[in-house]
Amino acid sequence: MSVIVEQLTKQYQHQTAVNSISFEAHPGRIMGFLGPNGAGKSTTMKMLTGFIPPSSGKASVCGFDIVEQSLEVRKHIGYLPEHNPLYLEMYVKESLAFTAAMHKLKNPTKRIAEVIEMVGLNVEQHKKIGQLSKGYRQRVGLAQAIIHDPQVLILDEPTTGLDPNQLAEIRGLIKNIGKEKTVIFSTHIMQEVEAICDQVVIINKGLIVANDNTSNLKNLLSGGFTFYVEFDNSVSEEQLMTIESVNAVQQVNNHEWKLSSTADIRKQVFDFAKSNDLALLSSKQEESSLEDIFRNLTQ
Amino acid sequence: MYTILKKEISGFLSSMVAYVTIIFFLVITGLFLWVFPDSSILDYGYAGLDSLFYIAPYVFMFLIPAITMRSFAEEKKEGTFELLSTSPITDWQIILGKFGAGLLLVVFALIPTIVYYYSVYELGATPGNLDSGAVTGSYIGLLLLGAAFTAIGIFSSSITNNQIVAFIIAVFLCFIAFNGFESISSIASLGTLSSALINLGINAHYQSVSRGVLDTRDLIYFLSFAAVFLAATKTVLSARKW
Repeated sequence: MSVIVEQLTKQYQHQTAVNSISFEAHPGRIMGFLGPNGAGKSTTMKMLTGFIPPSSGKASVCGFDIVEQSLEVRKHIGYLPEHNPLYLEMYVKESLAFTAAMHKLKNPTKRIAEVIEMVGLNVEQHKKIGQLSKGYRQRVGLAQAIIHDPQVLILDEPTTGLDPNQLAEIRGLIKNIGKEKTVIFSTHIMQEVEAICDQVVIINKGLIVANDNTSNLKNLLSGGFTFYVEFDNSVSEEQLMTIESVNAVQQVNNHEWKLSSTADIRKQVFDFAKSNDLALLSSKQEESSLEDIFRNLTQ
Repeated sequence: MYTILKKEISGFLSSMVAYVTIIFFLVITGLFLWVFPDSSILDYGYAGLDSLFYIAPYVFMFLIPAITMRSFAEEKKEGTFELLSTSPITDWQIILGKFGAGLLLVVFALIPTIVYYYSVYELGATPGNLDSGAVTGSYIGLLLLGAAFTAIGIFSSSITNNQIVAFIIAVFLCFIAFNGFESISSIASLGTLSSALINLGINAHYQSVSRGVLDTRDLIYFLSFAAVFLAATKTVLSARKW
């Protein structure tokens, strides 16, 4: 019930969009697929869903080969393409009924009501899709993708263009589905990955540059700590450099400093202030975020 | 396939395409049949539907490409083709669904013209003095012609994502298929080749079916004509995988 990709390659005439990538995604673990624009995320997803065939390499979904058993694969996959294409002239329910019929669902009316509830389309369910705002269209796309209760859910940038409330709801929904099913989704938003992904695959120029647990990845690549501190009086750079394990000091404001260190220095900074008769007005420590990791890996 | 067909039909209905098509077809044929003096049955003096079956192919030549121009062009442009082709159905099911829907609309446009038949039937100097065999044959001919044109339209729509381009290509292909071969065959220097060319065109077979004799050769011609264009469509759709 998982997705296994082995040396998958997509070669276009003048460029290699996806270059021999391998990864696995398993049920119960949400996989975030990261990468700058044009890195090959969508191409990989299109290959997995059988829209375009790979140039070489293999991949299987729920044990079915994506080329040889494309039809079986498509039965087990729920797919939300990038830009969320929809039949704008259809009514919400009509469109869901169409998707349900394509998957030959037994009791479509009941299931349609269920997914409408799940994605929060209750209020808008009698409208034409063309009349809906972007966030609601996104929900329709998501509803179509999950209507047949697929084992594998592939979502290409499902949260673009949503407002913060909708973001939270949709993330919650994805997280819920990810408890039992295999979810692969691509995004640019790092906080999103930190919030809901168990596993992160970062891809750049068609190559995988990182593939690990979200927490491992952060530990492995963390460049250290950043500490923002504000004193009530002036203090010199030299003095600050004496603090244990501080390797860089930068003045942000009059009495505000940014300290970079290799270890946790909260206690040391406090001791430093005490011994120099300074009052600590504010302090904030940041771990290096996935965003930094992403930038390091893909630039 | 049935799901696609249903979706296409409801698309025709909600976008007014269906109503406009049927009304347009009936108004044009009605005008030619009953109003315009040159072709009016009332002035013609014989109880026959010849002018309907003469004008209908030319109306279809524009009408059917208009019906079918959206079928693939729009799906490709809007990106919904990706939804369709990643659904658990085959390309053939998509193609046949769309073809069937187009053909069904043609049938619905033809059905009301039975009123014309009934009128002429009753209007004859002796009511019923009408060559019903020829009329039946002509209707079958029109249906087969409609199938051929629909296949051309579906094919044209699949090779572009611009509806206007699809329409123009389809009209052109329909015209060449219907009239073109015959016109070329009249070039004097072709000699024996000319009869073969005539037989390649739709018109020769349409005329033959219209006489009320359903020859298997004509039937096979129309079916294989449609099949060729549908197979070409399938090839075009698969081309994304090359």
